[in-house]
Amino acid sequence: MAGIEFAEFDDPEQAELYKIMVDELRCLVCQNQNLADSNAPLAKDLRNEIQKMIKQGNSRDEIVDFMVARYGDFVLYRPPFKAYTLILWLGPFIGLVLAIYILINIIRSRSTQQSDEISELDKQRVSDLFGTNTRTDKK
Amino acid sequence: MRKAFYIPLGLFVILVIILSIGLTRDPRTIPSPLINKPAPEFTLPLLYRQAETFSPQQMRGKVWLLNVFASWCSGCRAEHHFLMQMARIPGVNLYGLNYKDVPLDGKKWLEQFGNPYKSVAKDINGRVGIDWGVYGVPETFVIDKQGIIRYKQIGPIDQKAINETLLPLIKKLQLQ
Amino acid sequence: MIPELGNIALILALCMAVIQSVLPITGTFTNNQALIRLARPAASLQLTFMVISFACLLYAFITHDFSVRYVAENSNTRLPFIYLVSGVWGAHEGSLLLWALVLSIWTMMVNLFSRGIPEDMVARVLAVMGLISIGFILFILLTSNPFARQFPVPIDGFDLNPLLQDPGLAIHPPMLYMGYVGFSVAFAFAIAAMLQGKLDAAWARWARPWTMASWIFLTLGIALGSWWAYYELGWGGWWFWDPVENASFMPWLVGTGLLHSLAVTDKRNTFKAWTVLLSVLAFSLSLLGTFLVRSGVLTSVHAFASDPARGVFILIFLVIVVGGSLSLFAWRASIFKNNVRFNLLSRETFMLLNAVLFVVMAGFILLGTLYPLLLDALNMGKVSVGPPYFNTIFIPLGIPIVLILGIGITARWKQDNGSRLIKALRMPMILSVVLGTVTAVVLVRGVFTAELASFKFIGAELALILAWWIVINSGKLITDRLKNRDNKMSGLQLIPRAVYGMTVAHIGVAVFVVGIILTSLFSIEKDVRLSNNSSVELAGYEFVFEGVRNVLGPNYQAAEGRVLVRKDDKDLVLLHPQKRYYPVKQNTMTEAAIDASLWRDLFVALGEPLGGSPDKSKLEPLDKSNTGAWSVRVYYKPFIRWIWLGALIMSIGGFISATDKRYRVRKLAKQLNMQDNEVATGA
Repeated sequence: MAGIEFAEFDDPEQAELYKIMVDELRCLVCQNQNLADSNAPLAKDLRNEIQKMIKQGNSRDEIVDFMVARYGDFVLYRPPFKAYTLILWLGPFIGLVLAIYILINIIRSRSTQQSDEISELDKQRVSDLFGTNTRTDKK
Repeated sequence: MRKAFYIPLGLFVILVIILSIGLTRDPRTIPSPLINKPAPEFTLPLLYRQAETFSPQQMRGKVWLLNVFASWCSGCRAEHHFLMQMARIPGVNLYGLNYKDVPLDGKKWLEQFGNPYKSVAKDINGRVGIDWGVYGVPETFVIDKQGIIRYKQIGPIDQKAINETLLPLIKKLQLQ
Repeated sequence: MIPELGNIALILALCMAVIQSVLPITGTFTNNQALIRLARPAASLQLTFMVISFACLLYAFITHDFSVRYVAENSNTRLPFIYLVSGVWGAHEGSLLLWALVLSIWTMMVNLFSRGIPEDMVARVLAVMGLISIGFILFILLTSNPFARQFPVPIDGFDLNPLLQDPGLAIHPPMLYMGYVGFSVAFAFAIAAMLQGKLDAAWARWARPWTMASWIFLTLGIALGSWWAYYELGWGGWWFWDPVENASFMPWLVGTGLLHSLAVTDKRNTFKAWTVLLSVLAFSLSLLGTFLVRSGVLTSVHAFASDPARGVFILIFLVIVVGGSLSLFAWRASIFKNNVRFNLLSRETFMLLNAVLFVVMAGFILLGTLYPLLLDALNMGKVSVGPPYFNTIFIPLGIPIVLILGIGITARWKQDNGSRLIKALRMPMILSVVLGTVTAVVLVRGVFTAELASFKFIGAELALILAWWIVINSGKLITDRLKNRDNKMSGLQLIPRAVYGMTVAHIGVAVFVVGIILTSLFSIEKDVRLSNNSSVELAGYEFVFEGVRNVLGPNYQAAEGRVLVRKDDKDLVLLHPQKRYYPVKQNTMTEAAIDASLWRDLFVALGEPLGGSPDKSKLEPLDKSNTGAWSVRVYYKPFIRWIWLGALIMSIGGFISATDKRYRVRKLAKQLNMQDNEVATGA
């Protein structure tokens, strides 16, 4: 757990921005923690730096640019929306739409085909009654 | 319709290829975004001669290396004798950045093991380190005559890095 | 001696696994009954040897045998007994041994509870499980042997990672493994059916209870892990979208889809291809998870000591098992011929849609988890994909699942009618919007004292409407069944247990949804500096800091704080957060103090002593500290227990379903015999 230092801000909006920044930036030393939770000395330094920048009035984008210029996109837990992350951000929704579309088509094409007079299911029922398989009551 | 049954297998093959390549990579190393960009400016006091300062500006026209080290860093101890080796090669300008260290400890460390650097700047609070994207020690940067960073070595230098990467690069940059 | 015995037992288990798999499979192809009948006894022997092997490792831990390297790396003489036991699975080699043991346990259970299933089918199932056992035992013997000795023998061992020294964490891996590994049974049934070349109607009925049992364990295992992370890691989080967490969540998602798909295949004899594919997919994701955790391709807090060489072995294993299964699937495509029709508007469609949604969700998590790897492999740099991404995508994908839950349980099988369905859903729609809004207003204004015209209120309202949607539709399902009965009580008794189980599980989902949304929106945290008798106010509670004193534990020293919590001028509870120092591994751990209740948790954690020594990693005896002030973190977490409660209720629902009498195959077989006899004797 991180040393709990005090990033004290007079302006609650600044406090909110700080919280968002240290949550969404990745620690480069303890790479499985965000800046908020990491105990690494570098994380501490970066938290101080961010605090300073916020108090100087820098915006979220400016802080993000500062970090990315020095450490690359790796430092962002929220991947940027760029050409090479298009699949990442859009993929799930395209996948969803595609999956549903294919599903509906398959079901439609099946249900419009002529079904047999006696369905496979009924044939099964008959053989169950007189055969060795048993089925309990079905709902 | 039968062909569709091959889709899961196809996707799996792609997955395996990605994972295989992944096994050859180290997820922990972070490439520097400063490669081929101008070296961030700074002015820092020297470790040994307090009144004087060092800044990359002074090194224009020369190819040089900045090695980030600290007395508390075990990897620095491991690479130290390779640094001594490099320092003896003519044309290699090796400068040190004593990173987040107590100056006395830094000096003691160099006295104990030897000083390969032409000069050492002290970055006590690590602020310059942040500007250079330092996230672990040791790290070594190769800067060309125009002050552009051309290469960053993450972690200790070994013989392979010297022979295959650093020396050839230094030679190439000197010819520019 | 004992470690060598353990190693030998392991080798013997491997031999049994070979006999359990290769011979019976050959027997099924050549119709050799003798070979087929080898499967069951081989399975029993494999279990016996695995138990012996595991017992030997346990013995080495309990007797502090530090000549065994794994024991020395994960225990010492001061470690409390319970952690000597749980330390057995605390690191890579031992946890693999546990994996193999759990697999042999599931194999034995299939052996014992499969009397109603044709022998050659059982032989195939056991054989497939045997093949997997071979893979894991071989992996242990060749690359990760926990019995490896070391010389010289150290006097004392290292410590078990202090994070793992916790009862919650002791039980989390066994539960998870029972789940992950349990999916191998459904997997084996699917492979067996494909090998048989025939997918008959009974297949789904056989596979269901096994899938349900594994799913229950996995649900509990994941919930335990989340709960443990919350109280142990000290920063109030309960899910981090860490690669290893995702590795357990993906099989769960596919497993849930599989449960629903199996239900349809069982009842309606359709979706066979899809159900078989999901069975393969669920276990494949379990194996993939094993790969991700142990190969070093991803950084993770959970990752065991990673080693690319081990990664290669597991990858090859993956290729054989998953690649083999999917090839079999494609090759046997013809056995999935389906003549059963159903309308686009039918319960079948909604169940299928549900399964598809779960798979899409598992897919997006896989995408996010592997994306950094993908870009790196293509030399396109390094990115990070973390909670902000996953949280953003999870919600829009989750909402349709909940909506379809309500529609699906209301729709008719085979053919429903648009206007009937809408009419049936009308009352639940109206009621859930009304109830959802009302409860949201009461909670947001009354309890959380937040503004109504805010994003948080809308979020809360949405969550509550969705939760009521599930509850009302589920309740309606039950009341509709009682509609035409005069005797409601006997009507209730006639409803199959499976329906009750389903209802309970779905209500668990509603509880879960409420928990995650409300706690995410309305948690409050404050970091403050407190010295003796100063206090901080949070969410209407007052936290009074009464100082810190030194305490000694069995293998640690700690600074223990006293924090009195008051509300409305009344003392509520005294909390004792600790900051522990473990001298052997030189770790500092924060033990948060939590006042738990159904509606909210109050959470206090010690930070650092302020104005204290420059070396913060060492704990100073506190009479030296001059100001006695500490940095303290205080949390208010509303409805957080609903998250794990929801998971627990889901598991209970699953358990109720699993005890439905349709699974009492043996009982039925007996009854049938009696009926046959009656008919024959004309009784």
